[in-house]
Formats: sequence, C-alpha cells, structure tokens
Amino acid sequence: MKPTRSIRIALAGNPNSGKTTLFNAITGARHHVGNWPGVTVEKKEGLTTFGDREITVVDLPGTYSLTAYSIEEIVARRFIVHEKPDVVVHVIDSSNLERNLFLTTQLLQLGSKVVLAMNMSDALRESGARIDLHKLGSLLGAPAVYTVGHKGGGIQDLLQTVVEVAEDEHPLVRKVRIPYGHEIESHLGPLTEKAEALELFEIPHPPRWVAIKALEKDQELVEEVGKSGQRGARFLEEIQETRDHLHSLYGEDPETVFTERLYGFVAGILKEVYTEPPLDRISRSDQIDSVLTHKILGLPVFFLMVWGVFQLTFAVGAAPMEWIDAFVTWLADFVALRMDEGLLESLVVDGVVSGVGSVLVFLPNIFILFMCISFLEDSGYMARAAFLTDRVMHLLGLHGKAFIPMLMGFGCNAPAIMATRTLESERDRILSILINPLMSCSARLPVYVLITGAFFAPEHAGTVIFSIYLLGLVLAIAMGRLFSKTILPGKAAPFVMELPPYRLPTARGLLIHTWDRGKIFLRKMGGVILVGSVAIWALSAFPRDTQFSRDYDAEISRLQAHALELEAGGGTPAESFQGRITDLEAAKEAERIERSYIGRIGKAMEPVFRPLEFDWRNAVALLTGFVAKEIVVSSLGVLYQVGPEAEEESEGLIQALRNSAMTPLVSYAFMAFVLIYTPCLGTIAVIRRETNSWKWTSFSVGYTVSLAWLVAFVIVRGGQLIGLG
Amino acid sequence: MQAAKQKKKPSSFTLRDLREGDRADIKAIRGEGAFKRRLLEMGFMPGTTVLIKKYAPLRDPIELVIKGYHVSLRRKEAQQVLVRRASIQTPDNETDKKH
Repeated sequence: MKPTRSIRIALAGNPNSGKTTLFNAITGARHHVGNWPGVTVEKKEGLTTFGDREITVVDLPGTYSLTAYSIEEIVARRFIVHEKPDVVVHVIDSSNLERNLFLTTQLLQLGSKVVLAMNMSDALRESGARIDLHKLGSLLGAPAVYTVGHKGGGIQDLLQTVVEVAEDEHPLVRKVRIPYGHEIESHLGPLTEKAEALELFEIPHPPRWVAIKALEKDQELVEEVGKSGQRGARFLEEIQETRDHLHSLYGEDPETVFTERLYGFVAGILKEVYTEPPLDRISRSDQIDSVLTHKILGLPVFFLMVWGVFQLTFAVGAAPMEWIDAFVTWLADFVALRMDEGLLESLVVDGVVSGVGSVLVFLPNIFILFMCISFLEDSGYMARAAFLTDRVMHLLGLHGKAFIPMLMGFGCNAPAIMATRTLESERDRILSILINPLMSCSARLPVYVLITGAFFAPEHAGTVIFSIYLLGLVLAIAMGRLFSKTILPGKAAPFVMELPPYRLPTARGLLIHTWDRGKIFLRKMGGVILVGSVAIWALSAFPRDTQFSRDYDAEISRLQAHALELEAGGGTPAESFQGRITDLEAAKEAERIERSYIGRIGKAMEPVFRPLEFDWRNAVALLTGFVAKEIVVSSLGVLYQVGPEAEEESEGLIQALRNSAMTPLVSYAFMAFVLIYTPCLGTIAVIRRETNSWKWTSFSVGYTVSLAWLVAFVIVRGGQLIGLG
Repeated sequence: MQAAKQKKKPSSFTLRDLREGDRADIKAIRGEGAFKRRLLEMGFMPGTTVLIKKYAPLRDPIELVIKGYHVSLRRKEAQQVLVRRASIQTPDNETDKKH
C-alpha cells in the first residue's frame, strides 16, 4: 500500500533504556546517521510504514533530564520545541521506573504528546513485578505500551498507539499539569502570565515551562529573557525575588525543591500502578560484577578483555588486510599494464590507487574493532571498564570511558578516535582526540624497526622501541594535563555514571552499529585521503622535465646492449650487469625525487631541521609520512637509492642509513619525531569528522608537528650536552 | 516542611566516609550547578537511601545503589553528598560529629 499520510515521531529516553535497540527494531536498516547541526552529537533518523502512514523516527540523544547543562539535553529539548514532532515516544526501562518517569514529567511539561514504550518488559515480568499500564497511561495522560526492543516485541502495538495519538484519536491523551503544591503554584501562576506576555523565542515555548525553567535559573532561558530588554530585566528581577523567597521558605534552592516535587509526583503514581517484585534476589548482573569489578580480579580480567579485542582486531584482521593489500597491488599493476606510461598512469597508480589503498587496508581493523566496541557498549561492560580505569584517566583530566579509545590508539588511531564517541562530554572528547595520536599506532612500528636495526645493537633494539612507546605515553599524560589546564579548561565530566544491568547484545544491533561506523569511514574519509594522496603524489611527480646530472637512460641502455652482446656471443652476462642497471635506476629515481617539488621543499626546509641534524632526505621522508607512517620506510628506500621496494628489514637500506651522516642519537630523535607528529591522512580525516571543526583539526596537526620538533631538538641537543654523540 | 532541618549546624558526614555494605540516607547535596542538578535528577534527593556497593579496585570511584539502580561516583564527588547513616547501623547523628 502506498503511504498517504506522514507522521514524525521522536524517541526520547534515558541512556541504557534500550532506546537504540528499539530504534533499530522500528526502522531496521532504513536509517541515516549524521550529526545534529553545529554539534558533534550523533543524530539518527529512520523510516517505517504502518498501514498507509509513513512514520519518520528521530532518535534523540539519551538524557536523564532536559536542563540546559549538557549539549545532549539542549539538542533534545530544542528538537521537541522547535520541530514539534507529532508524538514523543519515551522509551522506558521498565525495571527502573522511578528514574525513567522523571524524564516523562519533563516531556509533559514541554507540552508534547507522549507515548510511553515500556521497554525490556520481559525482564519486568520475569522479576514478578507488575504495572497497571492503563492506569499509568490515564494518570499521565500518555498511553503506555509494553515493548521488548531486542526481540522486536510490541512494535506493532506501539506504532498503532502512536498513530492514534498523533491523530488525536486516543482516549487517554489529555494535558496533565504536574502540581508543585499550593505555595509554589501561587507564584507560578502570575509568573506564567508574565512569561507569556514576554513573547520569548521565535517558536513559542509553553509559558508555564518558561516560568519553571526561569525559577531554576536555566541558562539558555535566562539568556533569551535577557534579550527582551526592559521587560525581560523586570521579569528576571521578579524571578530572583521569588527564588530568594522560596529558598528561605524551604531551606533549599528551588532546583532541589522542584526536583523533589517531580519525583514526588512520580512516586505518587507508582504507588497506584506498580506492584513490587515479591523478593529482592541477587540479580544476575550482581553475580557477573562480583567477578568483573572484583577488587583483585577486576583489572586483570579487564586487561584480558582488551588483549582479546586487540587480538581479534589486529590478528584476525591481518588476513583480510592482506587480501585488500594484494588487491590494491593487483589493481595498481592492472591499471599500469593497461594505461600508457606517463603522467596520467602515474597519477592513477601512484597517487590514487596506492594512496587510497594505504588507508583502505585499515578497513578490516575498523570493522572488527567497532564490532568489539559495540559489543562492550551494548552489553554494559563499557561502563565497568570506565569504573575500573577512571582513577588513572583522571590524572589526565579525563573520564574513565576515555581509556579504551586511548588503548586502541596503539593499534590504529583512526578507529580509536572514532571510538571517542562513547564519551559524553564534548570537552573530554576533544581532549582525548588531541592526545590520541601520541599513542604509537602499528603503522609506525616499521620505521622504528628499520632505524633501531640500523643504529642499535640487536640486544638493545627491544628496549629502544619500548622507550619510544613509553615516550608517547608520557607525552600524552603531559599534554592531557597541559590542555586541560589551558585550552580546554574545566573538570573532567562528573562521574555520575550509571552501571546498567548486563545484557546480551543482539547480532542485529551489533551489525547495524558496525556498519554505520564503517560506512562513515568509507564515505567521509574518501575525500580527504584522496585529495591528500594526490597532493603528495603531485609534489613528488612534478616537475616532469628533470635535468639529471648524468644521462642515466643512455648509461642504462648502453649496459643493456652490452649485456645482450655478451649473451649473443655465448658468454653469460655477469650478474653485476643487472646489479649495475638496478643501481643506476635507483640513483636516477633518487635524483628525480631530489629535484621534484617535494625534494625542493625538503631542501628548502633543511634549515628548519638543521638544529635536529636531519638532512633533506629525512625531511622528505617525514613529508611523505603525512599520507601514512609506513610510507616513511619506502621513501627512505627511494632517497637512499635502494629502491621503493625497501622494507624495514632490508639490508641495503640499513647499510645505506649506517653510511649516512646520522648518528644513533639523531636516529633516536628521528624516531621520536615519527612518533609524535600527525599519524596519517586517515587520522586527519577522522579528527575533522569527529570534532566537526577545521580549527581543532589544524590545531592537532600544528601542535603534534611542533611538539615533534621540540622533543627531537631536546633529544639531540640534550644528548650532545651530556656526551651521547 | 524542610525548613526545620536548617536550624542545626550541618554536619560534614558524607557518602565518602562510608564503607562497603553501609547504607545511608541523603541529607543534602553541597554546592550548586550542573553536578548538583545531575545528582538530583538521578534520584539523589534528601531522604533517599543509598547503599555503598563497592569501591573500585583502585579505591576510586565508588559504586552505589540508589532507587534500585547502580551508579558510580568519584570519591571527591561523593564528598559533596551529606548523609546520615541509615538506622540499621549504630544510631547515628551523635557519631557523625567525630568526622
């Protein structure tokens, strides 16, 4: 049947109320993930049909309340007031009625038509508790329906009710005014009238709500009132007088008293509709927690889990990574064979295919990692992980929930930064995004292996590499503390964190979450990575008319001709011919790069790097490293005339490095530089996406590069001062 | 009705001073702003009973049970919650003064 009427609904609810699961159950795969305008709070919108109605579902951020204290709450309440959804479906965790219904009171105050989705009702029934749904609905003027989100139960009932409410055909719907008691009401009455007369906001808000929020000193509201001049100022004065009066009367500030009234209202309703479970048994969650947050076992089990996630992500992910890598190589060869050698071919092969390919290989990691993280989140373990590690993270001015993303950074910074979405406060999120690149990702390891292989004795190599990782950690702590004292002032978000009951995540939910994240990576990253790869390619490919110091081509063809001649004469062409030709080709490529734009930039930047005793080759390698860190190795291979196929263990390159002017001290500083500066284009793209700001993105690049220089300088000059080379 | 409570000097016995397994009734929340507001909304209202479930392995934060659900607070934050030991333990207000 073709949809004829459309209805728009919003899903509101506490975090952990199963809201997302219910959203998935309603909309299935027909949804779209984006950001709320201007903020980095995720917005999900989906579609479903019911009979001949088309229903648009908007998932509001999970909140406990609708104050102006958090971005999530502001976003939710703005949507409700400004966009006026036909119905607000409040998703309620049925086993935690009191706190959940508190939010209902706020939704009712905003004047929305509310339908209560009594979610996780299976757990409620199991516990033996009972709710009189009809009575609950009639007392609140908002019908209630049982749902079981993870099994898709009750969805049809819910949609039926939503349609009836939207079309004003449900008998239970009525405006319910939550009473604040005689004394407060006597003030609210006149204040409500005055609030109405003020004509605040472009889209009118319920005047009683305005009066209540003003008395609670709601920041957004007070600012809005401040805009309406003289009358607004008088209104605020009167508000202040009333506040003082109430304060002296109750001995508490109005916020406390008002909250008590709402909870009192909820308690009154529960007394009539709710029958408690027969006995308080030890819940399954408590039993699980007796191990998972155990005094002694808790942390080891946590590290075991993290280790498991790492294994899954990077060991299991290694196979598909190789396939993608092989595919990219094959594609590059395929294209190279079919196109005429030249500029366009080089652009496609070396620029587009290799550049994008170098980031595409991380896709399996990203998918697996997000599968794991979704599992940890949906099961309720993420809150426990934060509980276990908060003390440590607090040292960095961060919330315990930032621990997992930090740890993931050792694997790959891009998905790790995407994982900071689990943090609720924007400040915490930006802080963790800024320090995450200091976690040494796996792509940097080949550089360390090459350099330590060339400059340090094998028995010290492990210690040297470990010290680099440690340096990253120390810097992360130092920067975390510095940033939280300077550019990101304010405390880590208060740790009032719910530890929800454990639940078994559904496969469907996991797949949807993972796919949503992966899609973001694929689509949004494409642009920046493509542009960046092509830019670096162009810098190293131009200008085309290189004036070589020697005529390499002539020498090579002379050698080839000579070899052929010898062969024709019955003699075997000495191995050295092929060797000499390869050497010549490598020398030619090195000289070409030296004279390309990137080589010139590297040379021009030599003065900048001179205090660090890096020569122009190192500078060029670092420049190309912006695309991805492992490219530093192959760039060094080209620049030291070993050829672009050089790997971290190739003898030729190690030898060439040893013969260069680099000392072990300088090589250590070089590794430190590689550790600290921007990990790769992929990371830049993710930072841009997650902070939603070019300002923070360029700050991240700027500070990591400066810090890298500074630390390398301290290592080289400090080391020389104490006689290390 | 709460006006009567004000006359006594507020004691400084807080959630932080309790041990695992202790129960206490909330008297008041110190300070103001977002933090206090959040606690109130999550059910930390005067008169509500809290159970100290456990301390994290590193002794911070603390897991509490309130209104039938589990929630964690840092020790510093717990210090903002003034409580009275619930009647199961030694009867109370007198012992508070030692802290």
